[in-house]
Amino acid sequence: MEARESDLKQEMLVNRTGIMNNPELSAELIEGAKQTVPSSQGDATDLATIKADYLQEAPPIGSPPIMVEVSRDGKNVGQFEGLAVLLDKLGERLAFERQGTRLYEAFMQKCESLNLEDGSGPSSEELRHICQEELEHFNLLQKAITTLGGDATVQTPSADVAGVLTHGVLQIVGDPRTTIPQTLQAMLTAELVDNDGWQMLQDLATELGQDDLEEQCSRALEQEQEHLEKVREWLLSMTLDQASAMDEDDLEEDERNDEAGKEAKQPEKRTTKSPKPKSSRSAKAKKKKKK
Amino acid sequence: MGLNLMKEKGVALDEQKFDWRDIVQVPTSKLDSDAFTRVRIILMNGIESEALRFQHACARMNKELQPALARVRRIEQHQQTMINWLLPADLSPLETTIGFEQVAIEVTASVAVHEPDPYLAQVYRFGLLEDFDHMYRFSALMDRVAGCDANNILQSYTDILPGRPTSVEHRAPEDDLRECYDRKKAAPISKLNAGTIMAGEHQTHDYYMTIGPMFADPIARQLYAEIASIEEQHVTQYESIIDPEETWLEKWLMHEAGEIYNYYSCLQYESNPRVKAIWQRFLDYELGHFHYVVDLFKKFERRDPAELIPESLPEPIEYKSHREFVRKTLSEEVDLRARQTKFIHKDEEGADSPSVVYREQMNSNGSPSETVAAGYKWKPGTELAEETPDIKKLQKKVA
Repeated sequence: MEARESDLKQEMLVNRTGIMNNPELSAELIEGAKQTVPSSQGDATDLATIKADYLQEAPPIGSPPIMVEVSRDGKNVGQFEGLAVLLDKLGERLAFERQGTRLYEAFMQKCESLNLEDGSGPSSEELRHICQEELEHFNLLQKAITTLGGDATVQTPSADVAGVLTHGVLQIVGDPRTTIPQTLQAMLTAELVDNDGWQMLQDLATELGQDDLEEQCSRALEQEQEHLEKVREWLLSMTLDQASAMDEDDLEEDERNDEAGKEAKQPEKRTTKSPKPKSSRSAKAKKKKKK
Repeated sequence: MGLNLMKEKGVALDEQKFDWRDIVQVPTSKLDSDAFTRVRIILMNGIESEALRFQHACARMNKELQPALARVRRIEQHQQTMINWLLPADLSPLETTIGFEQVAIEVTASVAVHEPDPYLAQVYRFGLLEDFDHMYRFSALMDRVAGCDANNILQSYTDILPGRPTSVEHRAPEDDLRECYDRKKAAPISKLNAGTIMAGEHQTHDYYMTIGPMFADPIARQLYAEIASIEEQHVTQYESIIDPEETWLEKWLMHEAGEIYNYYSCLQYESNPRVKAIWQRFLDYELGHFHYVVDLFKKFERRDPAELIPESLPEPIEYKSHREFVRKTLSEEVDLRARQTKFIHKDEEGADSPSVVYREQMNSNGSPSETVAAGYKWKPGTELAEETPDIKKLQKKVA
């Protein structure tokens, strides 16, 4: 295990994706590309023709769920206009809240494993609280669907689409290489979608005269708004901290280089550390925020 | 009475044509398709993948067959593409994995039920219980990491329960080899069964090896690494039951007969009309391939194909839930282990047996399959669901 960690530290951490990583090769590449004679005429808009062909033929991604017509307490339930849409959107929120619970669990595990000392990020307690509320929302939606005579285990078309959307968020949160701010960026995406999702559900419940559901959505939305605010706040302050810490590191490095330059001119060495990007915000921004 | 292979000529090779628009059809629906349509698509992709794999190996060893193999193989390539591309983009790699394991359970169960050779039937039941366990582990992964319910894919046809624990499926290579059927004595259905299951398992292995690194979560990456290793063992097992004394042309002919048998089976059960038309079209194409190879067989081997090929196809693979058969097998055979080509009870495995030593080494730094499913019990709507629907009560009320 120790040998594995040591090997990882020795890996050359240099971002090689830009053309300036190897200007000579890049110059040859660009020169070659300029000489290109395309094998067919036209431009990127031609892609639309093929897509249009499939659009004409494509069936829907899936059908609305079948009604059970009996509620969880065994009563017969009536249908009403808009019920199919409501069940589809309830299914979407249900899938999202269930995935959200797993997302926050993974996020919490990551923070706890990294043993964060920085106070600007989320605490385990705060994350646990949000995670618990996501789970409560999932269970609330299960009950709401069965009360309406739906099947809470159905993957509705909107739930399926939401699942595809969330895939990227799951990948980022589950990746041990992503930092807490990078993970927060993914969580922000999820929370923004979730907030709008609950707002829409509340509006839909109002429109369809589902008073109990409207009230439940309103309470859930309030909690989701808090989640969003917290995630925004953590992300901003951690990003600012990161930027100012990098500025300080750069200053220290400059000072060390100056000292070293005075002593002897050494041939330039390639660093094994990841080059730190220059922050667009200075340390002043952080101080200003703290004031 | 099944299809008569020698009488039905199918479509001649020259008439088997494609274009890109034809190959890339509108995919099936993840939500609306019957799970067995997906099972058939996944299996037939594996069958065509095996056709390509075999024909490449054959070409590398037989110069004189290369032009004929290249010709047929090009068509198989496009058949495989058309079939595989029927899977929709919203079917995630993990959901597709659940589909692969459903294939491994339901198709292997059907094969085990109909296999006339008792030893080969035992081999299939042995492998079945291992894939059955994979389903349980992947379902736990799906629930706990992705927050999704595997039964949305399985549609209640297949159980989500522990089988022979994946952690004890790791065996020394010599314990994965089995006795082969005798090419001169084996029933045609035994040969067709072996080819079908080997193809399915090989494709499963290759699929896990492709998608495993696409997961960010380390437990998912470990689980795919572990189960891909078992699938490699399964390929070793299933290819060893096929008589290696069969000639290259004999094997090619059996591959083509196997493709016909599988398309024919799909056709008998398919409920999706668009997919059914594809099975019919490719059944006709495969009959064309078969007769093309029959001519080669006669030319090069100067033998009568009738000595290998049954007059009519055996009963088709049954695309249905095999819940009761699988549960019975589970209760009776979960404790079986393998020692070379024999099956033994786990109590007979010595602590110093090659498989136990190997298994202990592989699990010495933890077992991903045990970790991911620690304490796991599937529930409708995932283990996070507070309540489960009372199906019986609902059924009664609806009735």
